[in-house]
Amino acid sequence: MIRFDSVSKAYPGTTRPALNSVSLEILKGEFVFLVGASGSGKSSFLRLILREETPTKGAIHVLGQHLNSLPNRKVPYFRRNLGVVFQDFRLLPNKTVFDNVAFTLQVIGKSRGFIQEAVPDALKMVGLAGKSNRYPHELSGGEQQRVAIARAVVNKPAILLADEPTGNLDPATSAGIMTLLERINLGGTTVLMATHDAGIVDQMKRRVIELITGQIVRDERQGGYQTQAVPVQNFGGFAERVINTEVAP
Amino acid sequence: MRLGLILGEAANGLRRNVSMVISVILVTFISLTFVGAAILLQMQIGQMKGYWYDRAQVAVYMCTDVDTTGNCSQAEATQAQIDNVKGQLDSPTLAPYIKKYEFETHEQAFENFKSQFSDLPIAAFVTPETLNESFRVNLVDPNQADVLIESLSGSAGVQDVQDQRGYLDQIFSVLNAASATAIGIAVLMLIAAVLLIATTIRLSAFSRRRELGIMRLVGASNRFIQTPFVLEGVFASFIGSILAGAAIVAIVQFFVRGVLQQTLQSTTTLVGLGDALTVVPILIVVGALLAAASASVAISRYLKV
Repeated sequence: MIRFDSVSKAYPGTTRPALNSVSLEILKGEFVFLVGASGSGKSSFLRLILREETPTKGAIHVLGQHLNSLPNRKVPYFRRNLGVVFQDFRLLPNKTVFDNVAFTLQVIGKSRGFIQEAVPDALKMVGLAGKSNRYPHELSGGEQQRVAIARAVVNKPAILLADEPTGNLDPATSAGIMTLLERINLGGTTVLMATHDAGIVDQMKRRVIELITGQIVRDERQGGYQTQAVPVQNFGGFAERVINTEVAP
Repeated sequence: MRLGLILGEAANGLRRNVSMVISVILVTFISLTFVGAAILLQMQIGQMKGYWYDRAQVAVYMCTDVDTTGNCSQAEATQAQIDNVKGQLDSPTLAPYIKKYEFETHEQAFENFKSQFSDLPIAAFVTPETLNESFRVNLVDPNQADVLIESLSGSAGVQDVQDQRGYLDQIFSVLNAASATAIGIAVLMLIAAVLLIATTIRLSAFSRRRELGIMRLVGASNRFIQTPFVLEGVFASFIGSILAGAAIVAIVQFFVRGVLQQTLQSTTTLVGLGDALTVVPILIVVGALLAAASASVAISRYLKV
């Protein structure tokens, strides 16, 4: 489904690569957490899957497509198989909930009939069936994120990428969002979620991939946000900070 | 569905940017009016050349008894001298260049002069004797007047050999200069129009960058994203070119056909409505192409995947 073969990504003008020789495979139907400090390469990882960036070295295969050689004009058609959710929701403020979700389908040329069926379905699935005529600013943060998720999955993508979807939400609301993502995952969609939320990762017991300065330091089935299996010295600056907080009274 | 959506997006963009769209319309209007005027001037020059070069003659003026210039010494050209010139015109060296020639006597010259300048006071003072007798020569190729001038200006009794095209060339150089000026202004204005369209489209894209970002994220094709913006630019410049076309037609109808025609009467041919109507589609096509090109260049920055 997603395969990285020793992928490196270096942005021009920087000496340290954002991703350094990353190899991994994510299978169909998996639920994967991507954890790591800010600047560890999580976002670059997601951008590479979305083909917003191309790798400096190595090969990326997503959904059977070799992304290195995918021509620019085919990228939009490739992206129709992916759903994306962000921390800041990215809804259109001047469109209703229904229109926000429908917009996705309109711009890829779906028929009016299809939209009339698919959008209410998606809204019902995320639990917003009665709010289709509201505007984003009339909704709570959790509800806005649900709209964003409805928009991401309305076209039944094979992969859902979520970049810190609970980053702006309180724990109770986050739990609701996670239940929703889990349900989407049970429907067969591969979910890849970048997060800082240790509680969620520890509770869900799913596959965890940890990145530090662009390298995979841990790839664990049913893992937690942190694990004793990794020697703490290898964490570098991040670990020192952790140790300091532990030593402090 | 898709077409409706694209048109809706374009209309939205136009509504959001009304002032910029109006300035695009005005600048395209003015620049294309200058383009149209330049084309019309060229058409006018072409028509006048065709009309006048056919009528332009080489005049061989014979001496009168008041002339001192040329080969004259205040003596009327004798019949022998006239016959000599006539013989040269008929000779095998010159005959191939000549389509036809006529001899104009004092009396005929006087009649022509009277009819041409009847309303000027000078007509009252002129007598037939003071006007030159002349040969009026029509050439096969009007460009070869020099041959005639060289062979005849030395002949006895010839006051002067004149190529009448010399007068016309001055008129044409004035018209050409006017046409070049119009083209120069048109080019400057068109550059301004292109830049203005590009700026307008960038502004429009910037105000819709959220939508554009989401469109790219969910996989809208580049053409789908691009088309509303291109349509926006083309629409604005289309209105501008329609206005320019109307202005060109109005100029021809009311100025050229109205004022100029009245003043010049039938002395020359002028461009007509038919010519103006052939210019209009040129203006519309030029306007649309320029707008489409500059809009697609301007929007391409937002299409990087």
